[in-house]
Amino acid sequence: MREILNKKASRRAVLGAGLAGASMLAMPTILRAQDRSLNVGVYGGYFKDSFDKNIFPEFTKATGIAVESVAEPTGEAWLVQLEQAARAGQAPADVSMMSQVSLLKGMSTDLWAPLDMAKIENASGLIDTFINKYPDGRVAGIGAVSWYITLVTNTDVYPEAPTSWAALWDPANADKLGLLALVSNSFLLEVTAKTHFGSTDVLATEEGILKVFDKLAEVKPNVRLWYRDEAQFEQALKSGEIPMGQYYHDVTGLAAADGHPVRSTFPKEGGIRDSGSWALSRASEKVEEAHTFINYMCQPEIQAVLSRKVGTSPTVKRDLLDLTAEEFDAVSSDIEPIIPRYEMYQERSDFLNQKWTEMIAG
Amino acid sequence: MRREPPQRFADYGPLVFPAAMLVIFFVIPFATMIAVSFFERQQGGFYEPAFVFDNYGRFLSLFFGKVLGFSLFLAMAVAAACVTIGVPFTYLLSRSSRAAQIRWLVALLSILSLSEVMIGFAWSTLLSRTAGITNLFALLGLMEAPQALTPSFGAVMTAMTYQALPYTVLILYPALVRLDPTLTEAARTLGASPFKAFFNVVVPALRNTILATLIMVFIFALGSYLLPQLLGRPQHWTLSVLITDQAIYQSNMPFAAAMAVFLVLVSLSLVGLAVYAGRQKEAA
Repeated sequence: MREILNKKASRRAVLGAGLAGASMLAMPTILRAQDRSLNVGVYGGYFKDSFDKNIFPEFTKATGIAVESVAEPTGEAWLVQLEQAARAGQAPADVSMMSQVSLLKGMSTDLWAPLDMAKIENASGLIDTFINKYPDGRVAGIGAVSWYITLVTNTDVYPEAPTSWAALWDPANADKLGLLALVSNSFLLEVTAKTHFGSTDVLATEEGILKVFDKLAEVKPNVRLWYRDEAQFEQALKSGEIPMGQYYHDVTGLAAADGHPVRSTFPKEGGIRDSGSWALSRASEKVEEAHTFINYMCQPEIQAVLSRKVGTSPTVKRDLLDLTAEEFDAVSSDIEPIIPRYEMYQERSDFLNQKWTEMIAG
Repeated sequence: MRREPPQRFADYGPLVFPAAMLVIFFVIPFATMIAVSFFERQQGGFYEPAFVFDNYGRFLSLFFGKVLGFSLFLAMAVAAACVTIGVPFTYLLSRSSRAAQIRWLVALLSILSLSEVMIGFAWSTLLSRTAGITNLFALLGLMEAPQALTPSFGAVMTAMTYQALPYTVLILYPALVRLDPTLTEAARTLGASPFKAFFNVVVPALRNTILATLIMVFIFALGSYLLPQLLGRPQHWTLSVLITDQAIYQSNMPFAAAMAVFLVLVSLSLVGLAVYAGRQKEAA
């Protein structure tokens, strides 16, 4: 022991230590990243890849907080996992991007930790509807991105783009459609209401909902695939196996840009506009980091990057963005969107689910 | 060495480990599921501990009855198809050369390494209009134009049989290899044709193995939820698909648990019935 203490530091050791020290100083983000980290849940697949490539590294560079991205499944599967984990005091992800239906359901069990708006200054630029609040006014979620579900077609099979959602009911399209298989993510009730009943107001009563269901049941002979798995429909759409259906505007645009014969059309009744919000699990201990992250994501510049790279529609006000008219049109439309009636899925979820399952599987 | 029945409490020692595993990985999860099936669903939220029968009540309807009926029918059809193909195949396999046997078994085992997702996607491509097998038929002039064979009941059956066949062969193989070849030889010497010898000697000799295989494939097929979704229309969705919908997408754990408990009870009673019928026949 004494021998070691008495040993003079060799020239080589000093050089080595100096080099190691210098390189550590040169990479402060790595040093700090080891201390501060955040698990962020985003939809798996293209979405996550895009965030990993374009967003998270920049965030780590700017703040020193390392991001571990977690692929979350769509639908409410992730909500169920977060809820079960939170009951056990665990958080598989600290911050997650949640759909509006899931966010509302999570609110009913106080799953989301209230956010401190004083720490999220950039949220002032958000469009008001993109701040989700508990009934008592606490903030549960902050708008992350919004996206459209539109009418998509294979350009080889349909040289002319359809103009209306009414194409879903056209007998000429028998056995050609791919539609989402769940009532709470397809929003086909709203589409039917807007297309055939003038507006979604008809869905305010149970009687109205049943009328809409009857009309929607008429599309059944046209549907070849009710899909839960997006990849399955996307692949079939590209190949022309299932040449028409409802799908995400952003992903369809990316597929078209890659040279696949697909197109996304905003029907004259409007595309379905859904959105994802950042929400923090109550079981998370990374409250500070989460606020920093959400604040960062609300910046207009970041929202513009998302629009350009991921193809999502921004949640901040249009005049704050430096997107050109062309860039904005690529991710959005002037046609008034169909806004899902989220509260309906909250209040009548079992009724809707039962009627829906009986309609498609009966 | 003579085996003696356990004398002291300590003699049961070796049983502790398997018993503990069974309790931890089967009894506790299953009991939890039964408990949850009586909990109260909070619409728009999750569930609260309670003791209510609502979840079972909701299940007792014509709609779910039909879905349950279809699931049982599908599982039986797959079991029957697997045994129909598997028994003659394994019989011929057990009579072929060692090298041929090994090659076939390796090929069959390699199917087991494929995930259900891959099997589903492969069959959906194979049965599609744009890239499927019907293009080959059209090219050969057997068909006028390529057509889609999926989604359909046939597609679901084909893929599920494909998935379950390796298990069928693996259960039948040891029994068939051990089967005394002199039995068939005797039948042949007495003038039976190969077919007659197979059906009148081999099949009855293997009755219990065949019954066990049917039951195993039936239970295996009953749990399938991905293939009916990928390759079938909504009317071909099994109860397992609806259970998944409730548990994963509707966050209705109590109802999902109630359906699962019901499915387990129905399949257990069917299996019990089959075993009982088998015993009766044996005794007769």
